[in-house]
Amino acid sequence: MRPDLSVILLTTLIGAGQGLFLAVFTAQSYALLDLLPSQDGRGFHATGSLIALALTAAGLASSFFHLGRPERGWRAAAQWRTSWLSREVIVLPAFMGAMFVYGVAHWYDWRPVLAELPGGIPLDFTLAVGVVTTLLAFTLFVCTGMIYACLPFLQEWRSPLTVINFVLLGGASGFTLAAAFSVGAAPELTRFFTAWALILTLLGMGGRGASLVRNRRLRPRSTLQTAIGIKHPRIVQKSMGFQAGSFNTREFFHGRSAGALRWVRWAFLAAAFVVPALLLAGALRQPGAVLLAPAFVAQFAGLMAERWFFFAEANHPQNLYYQAVA
Amino acid sequence: MTQLALVIDLNVCVGCHACVTSCKQWNTSGAAGPLSDRNPYDADPTGTFFNRVQTFEVGEYPNTQTVHFPKSCLHCEDPPCVPVCPTGASYKRAEDGIVLVDYDKCIGCKYCSWACPYGVRELDEERKVMTKCTLCVDRVYDNALPPAERKPACVLACPTSARLFGDIHDPDSAVSEAIRENAGYALMPEWGTHPSNHYLPRRRTAMRFHPDELARADNPLKADGLLPRPAKGEPTLDDVASW
Repeated sequence: MRPDLSVILLTTLIGAGQGLFLAVFTAQSYALLDLLPSQDGRGFHATGSLIALALTAAGLASSFFHLGRPERGWRAAAQWRTSWLSREVIVLPAFMGAMFVYGVAHWYDWRPVLAELPGGIPLDFTLAVGVVTTLLAFTLFVCTGMIYACLPFLQEWRSPLTVINFVLLGGASGFTLAAAFSVGAAPELTRFFTAWALILTLLGMGGRGASLVRNRRLRPRSTLQTAIGIKHPRIVQKSMGFQAGSFNTREFFHGRSAGALRWVRWAFLAAAFVVPALLLAGALRQPGAVLLAPAFVAQFAGLMAERWFFFAEANHPQNLYYQAVA
Repeated sequence: MTQLALVIDLNVCVGCHACVTSCKQWNTSGAAGPLSDRNPYDADPTGTFFNRVQTFEVGEYPNTQTVHFPKSCLHCEDPPCVPVCPTGASYKRAEDGIVLVDYDKCIGCKYCSWACPYGVRELDEERKVMTKCTLCVDRVYDNALPPAERKPACVLACPTSARLFGDIHDPDSAVSEAIRENAGYALMPEWGTHPSNHYLPRRRTAMRFHPDELARADNPLKADGLLPRPAKGEPTLDDVASW
């Protein structure tokens, strides 16, 4: 498949936004149980969730560049019964809206207590909105992943690992950003976020590594024999029916050499996982933006390369029909 | 239930591309909008086509067969491109099984083309919507046309009648009979899409001889292993008696 910059930006930006929100809300729920010190609503919770909102808004904006007819984009909410893309189109604005309410409620410190949980823990408005937003964040991860994992003949994507990796990679970049953000906004949480960012980065490396190993062993189910229905070990295409390009030759081929693909794979493994993991481990000893800001920048750039590779490594069976110009 | 479809006889197709050009001509002239071309007379021309004829070589020289392979939307009975469409622009008609795109609803997200293993959907670069074979739905129901012409443009154009058109759910139709009697098959059966279009295989005309057909086993001359005397080549009475 040809990697499209708009989709790369969409998935990486909203992933980081979801992860950042989950980090911000994790701090609030831990504080509720007195596991972490409570934070300033305006400086930490509101600002953090509004940064996450800005990331997801940027992702949403970039997704429109993928469309041929962006002015009709609203129609994409119609087929949520069958289409994961449609579900994502609904859940993404819902997640953004809930996050906006969460941020605004924290900004104005509007926290009426809705109920009392057992043990005398107050369930206030921001907590209720935060729980809903968290559920929407995970639903969005599943929708994004299933857009790719639900296509049966793109065997590289057809795996639970696709969904798991969207969760882990989005979570890792979001928690790394939360760690960098907390240096200024909530210094006593920096260590907590750094540790979770490191754990998620390592889990992400495991998940992505597992999918790399899996994809390496795949045997294509479709062959030239099944594509044209002729039983012979040696079939060669002599002509694809036209001499120049078509939609089919542009959309489904990345057009890079195998060497370039290998290079990108090593580059993203280093930039998205190894470098941030080392920087995060360093920041555990010596918390500070000096290590955490580069960790997020490296990881985000690495995840963009990872997403590029994710598309490039998927081999569409239609390519069997487009192999030779004559 | 009706399922309109094409049956393409690979044994007869000569790869002339008449179906490609007639398809382009008919469908670029219709009310649904043009199939646009870019740089048609320059380097790197590109355009939208619903139908392509590809050529494959089967076997190794000198034992090769050239197979011309027309490819258009197969109007799957279980089309994977339809449920993934977020807007409902892609749909399969209940009355005749034709898979169509509503060009006024399509947002050009290309997701349906990802979901088609056959690569038969093409995004029109000018209109920015997904386009595909309509099975000439604007011909086959046009009462202004004489009944014999209510067929897809490609079928009418084929000089060798390699393309048949009809209802594959009607067991008595010409297409059903062709599939049944001539071993019609579907492409990429491994994905369970149940394509409606079928292909009839190449059939080499060959005769098989058994040794007993070359030398008649029931030749009366060989009946008991007795051959007439004198054998051919031996002197006969004539040889001695004529002088």
